[in-house]
Amino acid sequence: MNAPFETKTRPITIAIFAMGGEGGGVLADWIIDLAEHNGYIAQLTSVPGVAQRTGATNYYLEIFRRPVNGGREPVMALIPMPGDIDVVIASELMEAGRAIQRGLVTPDRTTLIASTNRVFSMTERTAMADGRVDEMVLFEGCRSAAKSFYAFDMASLAEASGSVISAVLFGALAGARALPFERGAFEAAIRRGGVGIQASLVAFTAGFEAALAGTSAPVRAQAPTGPAQAPAENAALAEVMREVERDFPPAARKVIGTGVERAADYQDLGYARLYLRRLAPIAALDSGRDERARLLQETARQLALGMTYEDTIRVAELKIRPSRFARVRAEVRAAEGQIIEIAEFMHPRTQEIADTLPAPLGRFILGNDLVRGVLDRLTRKGKTVKTTSLRGFLLLYTVAALKPLRPNSLRYGAEQKSLEEWLETITATASKNYDLAVEVAAAHNLVKGYGDTHERGRARFETLIKTLPHLIGRQDGAAKLAALRKAANADDSGAALATAVADLEK
Amino acid sequence: MAERSFAEEVKKLRVGAGEEFRGEGILAITKALLESGVSYVAGYQGAPISHLMDVLSDANDILEELGVHFESSASEAAAAATLAASVNYPLRGAVTFKAPVGTNVASDALANLSSGGVTGGALIIVGEDYGEGSSIMQERSHAYAMKSQIWLLDPRPNLPSIVNAVEKGFELSEASNTPVMLEVRIRACHVHGRFPAKDNVRPRFTLRDALENPRRQVDRIVLPPASYLHEKEKIEKRWPAAVKFVTDNKLNEFFEGDLTDIGIIMQGGMYNTTLRALEVIGLADAFGASRVPLYVLNVTYPLIDEEVVRFARGKRAVVVVEEGQPEFIEQAINTILRRADIHTMVEGKSMLPMAGEYTGGVVRDGLSKFVRAYRADVLAAMPHPAPSNEAAMRLAAATKAIEPHVQGRPPSFCTGCPERPIFTAMKLVERELGPRHVSCDIGCHLFSILPPFNIGATTMGYGLGGAGASAFNIKTDKPAIAIIGDGGFWHNGLVSSIGNAVFNKSNNVHIIVDNGYTAATGGQDILSSAANNKIRATKNSIEKAVRGVGVDWVRTLTHTYDVATMRDTLREALTTSHQGPKVIVAQSECMLNKQRRVRPLIAKAIKGGERVVRERFGVDPDTCTGDHSCIRLSGCPSLTIAPNPDPLRSDPVTRVINSCVGCGLCGEVAHAAVLCPSFYRASIINNPTGWDRFKARIRDKVIGFLQQRLARRQLLPA
Repeated sequence: MNAPFETKTRPITIAIFAMGGEGGGVLADWIIDLAEHNGYIAQLTSVPGVAQRTGATNYYLEIFRRPVNGGREPVMALIPMPGDIDVVIASELMEAGRAIQRGLVTPDRTTLIASTNRVFSMTERTAMADGRVDEMVLFEGCRSAAKSFYAFDMASLAEASGSVISAVLFGALAGARALPFERGAFEAAIRRGGVGIQASLVAFTAGFEAALAGTSAPVRAQAPTGPAQAPAENAALAEVMREVERDFPPAARKVIGTGVERAADYQDLGYARLYLRRLAPIAALDSGRDERARLLQETARQLALGMTYEDTIRVAELKIRPSRFARVRAEVRAAEGQIIEIAEFMHPRTQEIADTLPAPLGRFILGNDLVRGVLDRLTRKGKTVKTTSLRGFLLLYTVAALKPLRPNSLRYGAEQKSLEEWLETITATASKNYDLAVEVAAAHNLVKGYGDTHERGRARFETLIKTLPHLIGRQDGAAKLAALRKAANADDSGAALATAVADLEK
Repeated sequence: MAERSFAEEVKKLRVGAGEEFRGEGILAITKALLESGVSYVAGYQGAPISHLMDVLSDANDILEELGVHFESSASEAAAAATLAASVNYPLRGAVTFKAPVGTNVASDALANLSSGGVTGGALIIVGEDYGEGSSIMQERSHAYAMKSQIWLLDPRPNLPSIVNAVEKGFELSEASNTPVMLEVRIRACHVHGRFPAKDNVRPRFTLRDALENPRRQVDRIVLPPASYLHEKEKIEKRWPAAVKFVTDNKLNEFFEGDLTDIGIIMQGGMYNTTLRALEVIGLADAFGASRVPLYVLNVTYPLIDEEVVRFARGKRAVVVVEEGQPEFIEQAINTILRRADIHTMVEGKSMLPMAGEYTGGVVRDGLSKFVRAYRADVLAAMPHPAPSNEAAMRLAAATKAIEPHVQGRPPSFCTGCPERPIFTAMKLVERELGPRHVSCDIGCHLFSILPPFNIGATTMGYGLGGAGASAFNIKTDKPAIAIIGDGGFWHNGLVSSIGNAVFNKSNNVHIIVDNGYTAATGGQDILSSAANNKIRATKNSIEKAVRGVGVDWVRTLTHTYDVATMRDTLREALTTSHQGPKVIVAQSECMLNKQRRVRPLIAKAIKGGERVVRERFGVDPDTCTGDHSCIRLSGCPSLTIAPNPDPLRSDPVTRVINSCVGCGLCGEVAHAAVLCPSFYRASIINNPTGWDRFKARIRDKVIGFLQQRLARRQLLPA
């Protein structure tokens, strides 16, 4: 042996899991600077390459107490070794999961510092319905894989402090006491970095204090709810709401109340009463069968959405509301008094125009090749409407003003007819197979959107309804229909649904 | 100007003797070149040596001061051919590119160069892109070194060793009249470390000296009979000279250990990983002291027979830590020992995997296996006990539970990328005319093969997108589409893809994505870049070049975000009766580079009180129904999902986050694909003019009045 053998001294190993463009490199540089200024030798490696283009990116660091009096130089590894990592820092929850998957988080030694916010993957984002993974599973996985776990929503903290997530992570690293340095040394590293010092320090403090306070589970961000929570000031509406209290079981009142408000907002009180009239027989089906009134709740939800289908009038009305202007201002972070202009991207086609017109006129347009051809040509291109300009606003205002004429429109007739048929199917199914009826109610969720999306959704809904004769006698009918609904949302082409239906009929 | 600027860091290149250099591997390599008196440097970018090219480019002033010429080559072949300057003159030259793809392109020049041999030191620095994060086929550069007889250095991955390899590489090249290849792995290129600096050296013999005193040696040119002599000379003169130099200068390293009956032979690049693995299993400390004797090959080709024999003699077994396949070194060691009649067992791929990256865990497991087989007695006392059973079970359960919830996160087009709308348009045309064969190239556009676009069937190499579709040259109403980037176009594509299609009377459609940079390698300038570059000639038109090689049907679109025009042009190209290749040049600046360019300008303008309008997009959640068609036609990182604010709905809505750069694609897609009317564009006016304010006042009054009127008719507060 050419040197004394020493097994007590080891490097501190740190792996950073981030996504391209998130500032993982800045965080790594801070740690290097921190270590080098505090008597440590530091080594950093990364694999940038094309991963920088929004893909998963990771950095690996080793720091080593500098040998005294010209002692021996350490040999530092360039690749993280499973089971040999002291600190893992992940800028997002799924990335923390990735670190576990790669064996870098172990219960005997790893301090895991992770932000609980989600940056959705391409698979989650492109799903046709809800393709989000379960963040609680990831969170619990992190908790049991790590020796100690520091987690909270660092993206929000970064946003609140006007900085980036890397500064919050750096603060959390300090707060977690995973490295042999004091808080002041961390802050000095940020100061030496020289860019955005003040904002970084604020974010650092937020991360530091949150780490001291401990871990908090991910909260699936709740979007603020709209009119549903606003008090019904209108006396007439209040009376309808009392009917809801009187005639419907407690479990379903909330959703029905929302439905009433939605229908009233969409058209008028009469429409809201129509909504309740349609629900009354469904409530009767539920009584005695299910305490939670599942069928009523699901039907109430889907019926409210079905009755308030988005037509040109509805879209125009929603676009010009003052609450909408305020929401846009908040979303684009316009400062108080700052001028913003809003432009809408609309593409009304002959179909939508005919749908809005009184039924006979609408039918005439769709049936007359000449008129249709002219309109098709006129509507081939989308329109950009500036809602904040007088012209654009007045255009939408005029369309919205057609609301009283809606019940005469071509689309209104078609929608009501199809809703009635669906309600009849629910009623007919419920008597034989309650669970299946709940699924029939839920299946209407496929009918949504506009243009191609709407046509595709309706066609798939109808495909599902056609399978009912195969399902109604089966105990697993409801599960089968749920599986078909899932298949209907699996792809754009409809291949998955076609296969699932073929399997069913085999 | 490249994506990452080294303008600050290159100042470190000026440090001299007695000072310590701290920085990244690529910067250290540059410094080592200057300390070695290099006369010229050339190369082509590509990970992991893109940053080396960027460093050299940013260091151009320093290079010029020292009389060093730096060339951004058109391709790796051009770079390798540059080394011809070292054939007749005592000029030290270095070239750099990505391996093995760059080596593939350069192989013609490399083979000619190594046949005739060199007078001045010729160094080929290859960035070995094997393993994690690699975007290329997994192959070794080793085969190239062997086939052309180029010496291969694979130094230990720390800055002093790498710097030493550069310096000794030139000397070795000169001592043996052979080009030398220096292999650095991706993590070594980016490793942050330090080494004691020396003074930079001006080349003793300059390019001017050469031009003013031209020399030629006909026996150095590859033509019979000289080429036959070269082949003999390689074996009879250059090989022994190299062996002598490597031995005399102790380029390979021996480390003793007390377990003398076993040993480890490794590539230099594997040293740190091997040492850590030994440390974890209790056979080394953190400072490199190993109980197992080590033989570190900083030179992996040629092998020094005498050294191998010396190391292996008397041992029961040695294990070779050699990354990648075939296992050239292990095979050669077996041959060497057999010839020397030494019966030491040679393990290697028997203990370690034949293929794939040698990461820490892999090497740890392989070496454990080796020690257990030959010296199980020393494995007893492990300093790092295995985690307790309870912990191991907890970990296994957690890993299993999260498995379905961890999805891949492959790279994709950046926010606002101008290439995205091209593929959106292709998707829309696909809906109308059906799917067809699409041949891809190398570059950012290749992300189209991944979700959400799922477009593209093959990629055959840089500039070969068109060539990859050349067999599909028959009478058909469904011509193939070939895609090529501007980087690939100038690298090789003009001739191999476009010229080839013209000559062979192909009817295929070629889309040339012109974003103004070689964007995938980090945004370096090329011939057609729109930027002013003081050391390069830019602004050369792709359309002119294409027409120059004989294409008649060319459409240049200068705004890729106009999806409708893009779609219509593509449809026309696919359906026209025009004979010959159809070329669409789709032109818009790389957004990553554009943002880097314009952001500071905008910030300055706003600060200076100028009227600046910032645009970004948004989605109205109350009209978004959560189908996400818009995301499937775009995939933009700023287009994501958010909880549905409607208590009646559960599917998440689409949401545009503040990183949106307002490229306009969302609106164009909503129009062209007839999506929902949820998208809006917000124009945020900074420093409005008096006229802006006046208009806004009037507007707010009238609109406010009408809104109130509407609200009175509404049943609910909105």
